[in-house]
Amino acid sequence: MASQEMEQLVRRDYKEGFVTDIESETLPPGLDEDVIAFISNKKGEPEWMLEWRLKAYRAWLKMTTPSWAHLDYPPIDYQSISYFSAPKRPEDRPQSLDEVDPKLLETYEKLGIPLHERAALAGVAVDAVFDSVSVTTTFKEKLGEAGVIFCSISEAVQEYPELVKQYLGSVVPQTDNYFAALNSAVFTDGSFVFVPKGVTCPMELSTYFRINAENTGQFERTLIICEEGAQVSYLEGCTAPMRDENQLHAAVVELVALDDAYIKYSTVQNWYPGDEDGKGGIYNFVTKRGDCRGDRSRISWTQVETGSAITWKYPSCMLRGKDSKGEFYSVAVTNGRQQADTGTKMVHIGEGSRSSIISKGISAGRSNQSYRGLVKVGPRAKGARNFTQCDSLLIGDQCGAHTFPYQEIGNSTATVEHEATTSKIGEDQLFYCQSRGISEEDAVSMIVNGFCKDVFQELPMEFAVEAEALLSVTLEGSVG
Amino acid sequence: MLEVKDLHVTVEGNEILKGLSMTINAGEVHAIMGPNGSGKSTLSAVIAGKEEYEVTSGSITYEGRDVLEMAVEERAQAGLLLGFQYPVEIPGVKNIYLLKAALNAKREAEGLGEIPAPEFMKLIKEKIAEMKMDASFLQRSVNEGFSGGEKKRNEILQMLVLQPRLAMLDEIDSGLDIDAMKVVADGVNSLRSEEHAILLVTHYQRLLDYIVPDRVHVLVDGRIVKSGDADLARELESRGYDWVLEESAA
Repeated sequence: MASQEMEQLVRRDYKEGFVTDIESETLPPGLDEDVIAFISNKKGEPEWMLEWRLKAYRAWLKMTTPSWAHLDYPPIDYQSISYFSAPKRPEDRPQSLDEVDPKLLETYEKLGIPLHERAALAGVAVDAVFDSVSVTTTFKEKLGEAGVIFCSISEAVQEYPELVKQYLGSVVPQTDNYFAALNSAVFTDGSFVFVPKGVTCPMELSTYFRINAENTGQFERTLIICEEGAQVSYLEGCTAPMRDENQLHAAVVELVALDDAYIKYSTVQNWYPGDEDGKGGIYNFVTKRGDCRGDRSRISWTQVETGSAITWKYPSCMLRGKDSKGEFYSVAVTNGRQQADTGTKMVHIGEGSRSSIISKGISAGRSNQSYRGLVKVGPRAKGARNFTQCDSLLIGDQCGAHTFPYQEIGNSTATVEHEATTSKIGEDQLFYCQSRGISEEDAVSMIVNGFCKDVFQELPMEFAVEAEALLSVTLEGSVG
Repeated sequence: MLEVKDLHVTVEGNEILKGLSMTINAGEVHAIMGPNGSGKSTLSAVIAGKEEYEVTSGSITYEGRDVLEMAVEERAQAGLLLGFQYPVEIPGVKNIYLLKAALNAKREAEGLGEIPAPEFMKLIKEKIAEMKMDASFLQRSVNEGFSGGEKKRNEILQMLVLQPRLAMLDEIDSGLDIDAMKVVADGVNSLRSEEHAILLVTHYQRLLDYIVPDRVHVLVDGRIVKSGDADLARELESRGYDWVLEESAA
């Protein structure tokens, strides 16, 4: 896409310029220190938060876009993006499902999404359809009893400044990389989770409950902290296709696990991948990192990535604690003209730390996909172990799969195993299923789901069922 | 039930079948024999709808329908089932899942609903016992890590569950020891009835001691050169194929 077109795309909603209406304040495109001060002020942030943002911004100005990824996209004009816009007012949204694109509804149907959720996902003014407030309230009460904090990051800056100050940027520093620096300067939204010592969060936390209340941000910032012995399972995203006027997304997710804590972070991402030529799709540049700070702590990333035009994402674990454990389970599906460069980093610092990586990449259409993984073992990580399995499945003959494994082993007692396979979805396998009466589409989805089984079984039950349906929908029409 | 008329088939430009005709009626068991490379496996693959095979002329009619106009899965749903010589492995897909999907696809085509779970389990239990297979097979990935004999039993298990009207079994005896062969043969024989027909493709007569065919056809160089009853198979076993070749050349 030409940068001009992209400019138009991001400008579309903001062409009226500076609107001073209190209900929907929107900044004109452009980024400078005034814009950051505006955002910080808008959020009612304390002085230290503004300083923190400005430090990130000044570092960002001196940085350049990473070019090592196996991705091809035109340069992004950061001055053409608007960095603050209030959520759409209810009267600007569709008032009922009748006003929503029937194609979108058809997809919801195929995914088996309950009726009331469809409305919320399609951006229908929620209050007109069902009362989400009561659901959220019960939910909050239950968490409150357990002592778990779950709120937006903006709220956390106000309500729990000490916790935010202590942990924000402690896993992904402001200057970590180009997109993380940008996010640190301008983030407007995201989740904050704090699970106190010894507490197992009584329910799975899902961004879904938040999305109902407000729009997801373009620059999301999520911070999850589990104190000693605490546990939480967090679900991000949903299987329904998410459309967004914002083309560029640069999120940062930080996880902190203290002694014996366990954080399970599951993502299902299905953002708009663009049209047949790849136009209009979302660029997704994400920095996700977990810090296994405490001994015997454990962080597990599970992701199912099917959307976006461009994905640049490497959920990682810093295994600092003794006997800490990092896991990465990933299914990435690309079709059409999608490009994905994704993988993980496992950095073994603590003695006896272990990590396992299972990555399943499926490429169809004219898409391109790369697995990029780093396993690093430091000199103090005695007896560290890693197992990596990285499989690629190709559908058709116009797509590509690439594997870039990096290993830096600074310790002779470490055990590192790497297995990789690339296979083409066999004509023979398809014929076999079809000759049993199973249609070609069902056969493809059966074979692909079989290929992904190791990862799907890591997903929370409900998510796993949805993920299977999602895969079938994503790969529809990819064969024949 | 099935009528093949003057069938010509090419693969990558080479003509494999050169005018093959045969008729299979309900209740019959036919065996196709012939030397290597004569086109035996091609016939069953073409009937099942394998893509690489190009039918240049001739026709295949099944119960009055033009088979060549039907999609692969439609053929299977209509009751034509191919048992593979080399069944493929499908990692991560449980055997029982494939069986259920296949059975439900057939039921759907017949206007029946999905099979209720208890009924399905009862059916599977019964069939797996018939094939002397352990129940753990159902939970394993389709054919993955199966021995040659296990794969062949699995093919027959699928056949018993799906109850095809015409089962085409391609070299179902290859790689089987004598005990496994008996189990496979018992399975095939249990399908024999007035409504079902079976087409066996085999290189050796051995199998035909256990599954006695009604008709035996000798396929040489893409044509049926001789047909007869079960005695013909025994004659081939003792005399080889040469005399048939000479006879047909004369």
